[in-house]
Amino acid sequence: MSTPLETATHPQRLRRVCIEPLTRVEGHGKVTLLLDDDDQVQQARLHIVEFRGFERFIQGRPFWELPVTVQRLCGICPVSHHLAAAKACDRLVGVPELSPTADKVRRLMHFGQVLQSHALHFFHLSSPDLLFGFDDAPAHRNIVGVIHDEPELARRGVLLRRYGQEVIRVCAGKRIHGSGAIPGGVNKALDNADRELLAADIAQVIDWAEDAVALMQQLFAAGGDAYRRFASEPANSLSLVRPDGALELYDGRLRARDAQGEPIIEQASDQDYAELLQEQVKPWSYMKFPFIAALGPETGWYRVGPLARVNNCDFIDTPRAEAARRAFAAVGEGRPVQSVLATHWARLIELLHCAEAIARLLDDPDIIGADLLREGTPARSGIGVLEAPRGTLFHHYEIDADGLVTRANLIVSTTNNNQAMNTAIRRVAQDALNGHTLTEGLLNRIEVAIRAFDPCLSCATHALGQMPLAVTLARVDGVVLDRLRRDADGAVRRDAAESHAGAASA
Amino acid sequence: MSLLDPEPPRQAGEPRPALLIIGVGNPDRGDDAIGPLLLERLRADLPAGTDAGAGTVALLDAYQLQPEHALELRERRLSIVVDAAAGGPAPFSVTAVAPAPAPTITTHSLSPAALAAVYQQLFGQPPALTLLAVRGEAFGLGAPLSAAAAQHLAAALDWLRALLRSENDFAKRKPMPNGRIRA
Repeated sequence: MSTPLETATHPQRLRRVCIEPLTRVEGHGKVTLLLDDDDQVQQARLHIVEFRGFERFIQGRPFWELPVTVQRLCGICPVSHHLAAAKACDRLVGVPELSPTADKVRRLMHFGQVLQSHALHFFHLSSPDLLFGFDDAPAHRNIVGVIHDEPELARRGVLLRRYGQEVIRVCAGKRIHGSGAIPGGVNKALDNADRELLAADIAQVIDWAEDAVALMQQLFAAGGDAYRRFASEPANSLSLVRPDGALELYDGRLRARDAQGEPIIEQASDQDYAELLQEQVKPWSYMKFPFIAALGPETGWYRVGPLARVNNCDFIDTPRAEAARRAFAAVGEGRPVQSVLATHWARLIELLHCAEAIARLLDDPDIIGADLLREGTPARSGIGVLEAPRGTLFHHYEIDADGLVTRANLIVSTTNNNQAMNTAIRRVAQDALNGHTLTEGLLNRIEVAIRAFDPCLSCATHALGQMPLAVTLARVDGVVLDRLRRDADGAVRRDAAESHAGAASA
Repeated sequence: MSLLDPEPPRQAGEPRPALLIIGVGNPDRGDDAIGPLLLERLRADLPAGTDAGAGTVALLDAYQLQPEHALELRERRLSIVVDAAAGGPAPFSVTAVAPAPAPTITTHSLSPAALAAVYQQLFGQPPALTLLAVRGEAFGLGAPLSAAAAQHLAAALDWLRALLRSENDFAKRKPMPNGRIRA
């Protein structure tokens, strides 16, 4: 199965444009475009290497180490992997339901994680595009530009990040590689000093989060049809929801809805994910393409993450975030909002929800309780599913009689969004690149679409020495016609054409 | 203490250590472990019971550099980022970092120069920031440290230890009445 613009009819006759974004290890993400002689896009593909090797890496390890080991998967959302693994391990030790204290400490940790991740994304990554426009000078269109022009906004972004990380530290023991969640519960609750430390600032955090939502709502309104249409394609949405339909980030039921909002999967158990979802392999990408089994690969691909979650839920159970959700939903006029740029708005609504939920948990006496760990009847298979900042995250482990992992299956958010990201860049390529001379501003539109998803590009490693962006225009025989490079200081440089390049392999 | 105060938390009368070393890397990715391993070796050098965040030097592990690390640079005389490098000279290179923002498509990393730029815009001229880039060879998941990287790490450790000795001498020579280290 091939979707429009995935595979050109006669690729040998086309010119190739290759965008290679920064990756800390060579070759982990790039966009290739094939243009015909009239500069019409005939093929567009996003390539990201997936770390299937991690599943082999953890085979043979004792399952009780998993909540710590899997944090090495991602430097930005280690807590999501920590908690997804812990949830799977809860099943392995026969404890599907935790004590109230353990459940709430884990939720608090998760809210801290999502809050700090969302703050980083908006204030550091996406706000420059939204504040300054897609054609702003690259050297300005970054966090420093935000800090220069919107110093208070940038300061808040950094401090919200730090607050979220302190929530994690209090719950997990450390800001990175914590060990708070263990199979069957947690190893510590909060004490009163922790609680007072976090409670002292939470009202301010909520106010700042609400200000950010209001700013994003204004930006989206000001962007008009251009923002609404940008990279937009009708998509199914997949997420967890609470049994009553509320937004749920930590533990819920699976719901999928189509682009019209009609149900596809409704309140299914996350333990049945393997029957509900399948993955397709394509020869041109290392990363698999998941789809809803009942629909098949052609129409069953879906979007996960903030946009899918806020579209999918019936309500949010914290008042300010719910008010923001209603304003958001009004844009869709009864249908799910499909604009990729609305992802940023949805992300900030979730940021506000997390702040409110943290306040609620800090007021809950269970958060300093003593009932931390439960025991049950061990099992050989465990599945843990939660909503990571970038979308639904699946961890599935099987173990032997000695408790050693014999099989692991991880579907991370970036994999779930694989087809959605490809579809978004194809839309941009069609709308913005056809018939135009290639410029940094035009190519940045593709980056803007990718930024909305914030894919995890080999984040588990980061050796120095890669350049942020290289754009290569080559004939299909490998002869480079042009090369555009953006250096680490944001400057764009056009290199002399080279005689040959290996860019034609994708 | 407010978590939303950009100024560093301080104990009564105690200054921040003048020197900060940030070890960046993933211990489970072969030579990417160079940063955290260097910090581990430096911690082992400290007398038993010594707090790695007190005294002359503070040691900070970081999976990735992120904007909030700008807050850690506050009131330092010198900060050193130690990271594995996929290219460049072996065994290591030492480079003064100038502020330089860098556009990216992902939140998953920040360059030392971009970190300095964040600091500059939040607080003004950043304190001295140095990149100690230690050459790595292999970054495979679950791979051990390569033999070449082990040699490079040892050389970089010698360089850091010499720096710390001179820093200790510096601190003994030049205490200020308020306890801060004179630049």
